[in-house]
Amino acid sequence: MKVLTGNDLRTGAVVWWDGIGWSLHVEHAVDVGEEADLVAAREEAARRVNVPYAIQAERDATGRVRPAHIKDRVRALGPTVRPDLTLRPADPDAGNWVI
Amino acid sequence: MYRYDTYDQTMVETRVAEFRDQTRRRLDGKLSEDQFKPLRLMNGLYLQLHAYMLRVAVPYGTLSSAQMHALADIADKYDRGYGHFTTRQNIQYNWIKLEEAPDILADLAEVEMHAIQTSGNCIRNISSDHYAGAAADEVTDPRPYAELLRQWSSFHPEFSALPRKFKIAVIASEIDRAAMRLHDIGIRLVKNASGELGAAFYVGGGMGRTPMIAPLIREFVPLDQLITYSEACLRVYNRYGRRDNKFKARIKILVHELGAEEYTRQVEEEFAHLLALGIEPRFAELERIRTHFADPAFIPGLPETIDRSDPAFARWIERNCHLHRQPGYIAVTISLKPVGGIPGDASAEQMHLMAELAREYSFDECRVTHAQNIVLPHVQKRRLYALWQQLEPAGLGTANLDQVGDIIACPGLDYCSLANARSIPLAQKISERFDASGKADALGELKLKISGCINACGHHHAGHIGILGVDKKGLENYQLLLGGSEGADTSLGKITGPGFDEDGIVNAVEIAADVYLAQRADGERFLDTYRRIGMEPFKEALYG
Repeated sequence: MKVLTGNDLRTGAVVWWDGIGWSLHVEHAVDVGEEADLVAAREEAARRVNVPYAIQAERDATGRVRPAHIKDRVRALGPTVRPDLTLRPADPDAGNWVI
Repeated sequence: MYRYDTYDQTMVETRVAEFRDQTRRRLDGKLSEDQFKPLRLMNGLYLQLHAYMLRVAVPYGTLSSAQMHALADIADKYDRGYGHFTTRQNIQYNWIKLEEAPDILADLAEVEMHAIQTSGNCIRNISSDHYAGAAADEVTDPRPYAELLRQWSSFHPEFSALPRKFKIAVIASEIDRAAMRLHDIGIRLVKNASGELGAAFYVGGGMGRTPMIAPLIREFVPLDQLITYSEACLRVYNRYGRRDNKFKARIKILVHELGAEEYTRQVEEEFAHLLALGIEPRFAELERIRTHFADPAFIPGLPETIDRSDPAFARWIERNCHLHRQPGYIAVTISLKPVGGIPGDASAEQMHLMAELAREYSFDECRVTHAQNIVLPHVQKRRLYALWQQLEPAGLGTANLDQVGDIIACPGLDYCSLANARSIPLAQKISERFDASGKADALGELKLKISGCINACGHHHAGHIGILGVDKKGLENYQLLLGGSEGADTSLGKITGPGFDEDGIVNAVEIAADVYLAQRADGERFLDTYRRIGMEPFKEALYG
């Protein structure tokens, strides 16, 4: 699947296109398919998100969206060396999801 | 230390107001990211993996107690309670909101700090020896000259759009504690046969994808021509440095391609031209700056002896303290490398504590080192134990300076958008491994440096053991380098062979360390043994 991501203009936070707006959580990301460039251009023009771009991802066994590249998995979670600052601070295995 | 005059303060405050307006226009949608990006970068504001990142300049690594307190306040108020001290003696905040960035710059301006020229193709923060003004082996305090260069390079109209970024280091001792020859310009202050002070210029060093050691291009530039000669070096680069290829745009490529002799010839020609124009600042300006770096009020006749009956304290002195030129005083390094910790990170609470300790024990002053530690430069030996007792409970008392646990590591893929692999987890695992094995003391001086990409912010080329993270078909992979050094004996590390995965590289470091322990001669450091026996014994142990 192809999902759209970027950084929120005001906060810089990593965000994912959920079909209607931007979510902080990668599991909300939807497959934008062939519309990736169209949505990215529209959202870029709206100036809410910095430089949105499409990446490859897949749904894992639990149904969770998993970006194909480690860099985007780090973006989706947060720094693996500071679990307390990630989006899953209570999950001790969150870092393994990145690797 | 240097205090802003009205001109400095006005300049910084004007820039804050300007950036506030630019930020407002960006948030209002009147500027696109393409339009805004160069403006925010001019103020040190990057966009990294998780958020905006602000890099704050710490000129030649020197901070007052009030400035360190302010950095801690920023960490608390605008970030997530911590900051990251960098290999260029700066500090970075990882979780900045764009809408708050102008307020941070305003807070910084109140304590005579800023983030100007911490990004972009301009002259960056001038770095220096973290023991400047305290070291017993320096010919003079290099900081007044670093400050003069800072003032000359700030908003220099001719050098605000260089082919590429430009880094200058200034030292004043034979032992290089600032990786001087791995800078675009490295300046070593020296005395000539007549006892006059001058500057030796090394030009064209750097790390990154094409590491080079800067050649000496002039042995002695009189100090009243320091700026003029620097200007000549920059002018030749600005005129002929490549702008068609970002990867070949640094001055090291120009010097390499022209040859040091031809580059020097052109610099000397330009220098003669500039001398005739009389661009050197008036000597009175240097004298004015120098008054800011007068010796603190050292107390004469203080005792030299230190009670070392507490073994942990004795070990810490042995590792983390450095000879001071003033009897009765010592320079202290506070390690930001606890076992299993994140190199260079300090919490707001730790920064506040270090600020207070600087005020109480070190004439209100501390330093950021390029190895991502903090120095209290002027501590009375008789008060050392009391100081150490306050460091220990705060996690700041680790006794590991220049040992295998004192690892330089860039933020890597945990934070940096340029990185290919994570650096910090390796540093954590390696420091834990050697702490558990108890080999750190036996290994002695062993400088280990980790970069998460070829840009080499973690100085991997200059590590006795270096690690470079690469992307191997979407997986993190790590190359091992041996034999680098950034001291007086600057050398570049060589890759051992095929790379390793995360666990493999930790094992590889231990294997290399064991080869050293087995083969070293009396008094040899890891680096010395490597230079004597060469790469082969290490390769044999690593790859069979």
